[in-house]
Amino acid sequence: MVTTEKQRKKKFRGVVHVLPERCKGCRFCVEFCPTGAITMSEEFNSKGFHYPELTNPDKCTGCELCGMYCPDFAIYGYRERIEEGE
Amino acid sequence: MSIVKNVQENPVEEFLRTDRLPHVWCSGCGIGTTVNCFARAVRKCGIPLEKLAVVSGIGCTGRVAGYLKLDSFHTTHGRAIPFATGLKLGNPELSVVVYSGDGDIAAIGGNHLINAARRNVDITVIMINNFTYAMTGGQVTPTAPLDSINTTAPYGAYEMPFNLPHLVASCGAVYVARWTAYHVVQLTKAMVEAMNKKGFSFIEIVSPCPTIFLRRNRLGDAVDELKFFKERSVIKHGADTSEVGWNETRPKEIIIGKFVDIEKPDYVEAMNVHLSNKLGEKYIWWGKKDG
Amino acid sequence: MAEIRYTTADPKGVLTGVHYMDGNHAACEGALAGGCRFTAGYPITPSSEVVERYSARIPTVGGVFIQMEDEIASSICLQGGVWAGHKAMTVTSGPGISLMMEHVGLAACLETPCVFVNVQRGGPSTGLPTLPGQADMQQCRWGSHGDYEVIALAPSTVQESFDFIIDAFNLAEIYRVPVFFQLDECVGHMTEKLVIPEADKIQVVERRYTSKPPEEYLPFKPDPDLVPELVKAGDGYRFHVTGLTHDEKGYPVINAQAQHEMCWKLVNKIDQNASKIWRYEEDEVEGAEVVVLSYGISARVALRAIEMAKERGIKVGRMRLIVVWPFPEPRVKELASQVKAIVVPELNIRGQIAREVERAVEGTCKVVRVPHAGGTVHDPEQIFDAIMEGVR
Repeated sequence: MVTTEKQRKKKFRGVVHVLPERCKGCRFCVEFCPTGAITMSEEFNSKGFHYPELTNPDKCTGCELCGMYCPDFAIYGYRERIEEGE
Repeated sequence: MSIVKNVQENPVEEFLRTDRLPHVWCSGCGIGTTVNCFARAVRKCGIPLEKLAVVSGIGCTGRVAGYLKLDSFHTTHGRAIPFATGLKLGNPELSVVVYSGDGDIAAIGGNHLINAARRNVDITVIMINNFTYAMTGGQVTPTAPLDSINTTAPYGAYEMPFNLPHLVASCGAVYVARWTAYHVVQLTKAMVEAMNKKGFSFIEIVSPCPTIFLRRNRLGDAVDELKFFKERSVIKHGADTSEVGWNETRPKEIIIGKFVDIEKPDYVEAMNVHLSNKLGEKYIWWGKKDG
Repeated sequence: MAEIRYTTADPKGVLTGVHYMDGNHAACEGALAGGCRFTAGYPITPSSEVVERYSARIPTVGGVFIQMEDEIASSICLQGGVWAGHKAMTVTSGPGISLMMEHVGLAACLETPCVFVNVQRGGPSTGLPTLPGQADMQQCRWGSHGDYEVIALAPSTVQESFDFIIDAFNLAEIYRVPVFFQLDECVGHMTEKLVIPEADKIQVVERRYTSKPPEEYLPFKPDPDLVPELVKAGDGYRFHVTGLTHDEKGYPVINAQAQHEMCWKLVNKIDQNASKIWRYEEDEVEGAEVVVLSYGISARVALRAIEMAKERGIKVGRMRLIVVWPFPEPRVKELASQVKAIVVPELNIRGQIAREVERAVEGTCKVVRVPHAGGTVHDPEQIFDAIMEGVR
């Protein structure tokens, strides 16, 4: 995972993990992310659904609303401290 | 929120039968969201996992029991509540949750709903209300709003729907709440409260059924419906339940919140106290004696 | 393999002594002696006395009685009690059994050990609430939809209402199956001497719990005797069971292969163990010209008819079914080759058990039905006439 300048300054970042194969493309995570950090990928999973991506990691606060809304347990997030030198 | 490090796995995975994922629910079905909330509630509630049991009826929501990695029972249509009553009475140390849908709980299961509430059996009933019998193709249920299209009400429903929070509160339930699948944070908190509450707890969760109810009634997709819940919901804790009925398909106000939260002896406690008063030393106390 | 272990009855539930009580009350005492500590019931004539007594006794024995809001609730509530760890029963009559049928199927499908007591009365529909019938005999076997097998017992006396209900609970535990106790109204409301022995003289089967750890346990993997090992909720197994067609893990599998495996297993479990389950009583069948085959109250009425026939010099034997399902086909077939006729008196019109005899006999001997619509017992003359027709 690449650490951005902004994240290094704040000393924490939001992290989002996606399990693309579980996603059914409902877009709850995209819609209810409060900062618009997530968009749907151009790619498809094997069932033919677009799945989400954290396209703006700087905007992610690690609030995990994406994880809470997901009906398919395909996405979860958390907030992570950035250590010195990362 | 807490700062953690490098979380490799979704923290709710340990409560799910991941060998059965992806689940059967449609894209955008709110049931999955509520199960997500439930898994988080299970994590937070402090109840040991081996003491938690989940009982479902039949229907889309009835499939919930099959995806939770707890002692779980997928029983018959409408009869999750009496089975749950048997489990709880059989072992009062269990925490028993009934997770089922509006048709299952309020139509075929109606008699059991009102009697279990009346008895104040210490179980938690989580009822997903998507206004339809979705699994069987979208027939009308007792919660379907007036004029909503369902396959057995093809010209629109003309029966007045149930006001379930009012019904259940009037039967004597100690905890009655309504939330929607949009209100994930409050919903999770309500589930924790309900599971830790002694007595009959009832949570109605209004949820989108995009494939059937929303599509047939031309209400958009699941995201549209969750936004509708967000716009029209008004949180009124302690509201008079007679006024919270959801009668039109698109009501001007959706009243949600915790309506009832009172204290009363639950069924087992009432039974024990009464019989020990009557029979004295001869009575054999059922379950653990507190204190 | 979860061994079949016998233990002596819990003395708290055993009312040792010589009593004078009716069959319903005796059945309640038998259930308590047999270890039943959870009953969910609903009032219905002529069965109510069983749960009335149970509700009065259980608070000082230690257990649960709950009167549910209807029979459908009772029939599934008791199953919750079983999965919480208890021996459980419900008590009803014909109309209640009809309501409970979906849950009989659930018990068969989930392989839940439990007892359904049917204090049989005249039917159909509301029928004759206070008068006898034996027209629910096929119902207990085939009443629910789909393929499965159950066990059914029929007591004839008050003593047997006590003794055989203990056997019913034991059979339920051994085979993880719903067991019917067909207690005819006559026997239920008849008052006779009942001897209840000391608790250490009563043998009860312990629940066949698994000793495997959770990682290895599979809810529906059969042991060599085709019975899977049981668990209960709250022990950390975190298992799942469903009424949908399922695999050994308990997960639903919706295809023909799973259906084939599950249904054959449910049927074979009883079929292949049938020889261990059959139970009947025979008297003077050696050299008999006619055998009177019956069960329940009709078997007692038949005694008088047999006496009358013997006075006429007819060699009459008697076979009384104690376990009605599974039906002892091979023995009946064997008898058929030795006798002129088998006479089957029962309180139903369509020969519910007589037709089983006919099927087993395949024409080897005459089968004379003695039908009766119920409402009272046979006049022994009717059975005597049938015996005489048999020897003609």
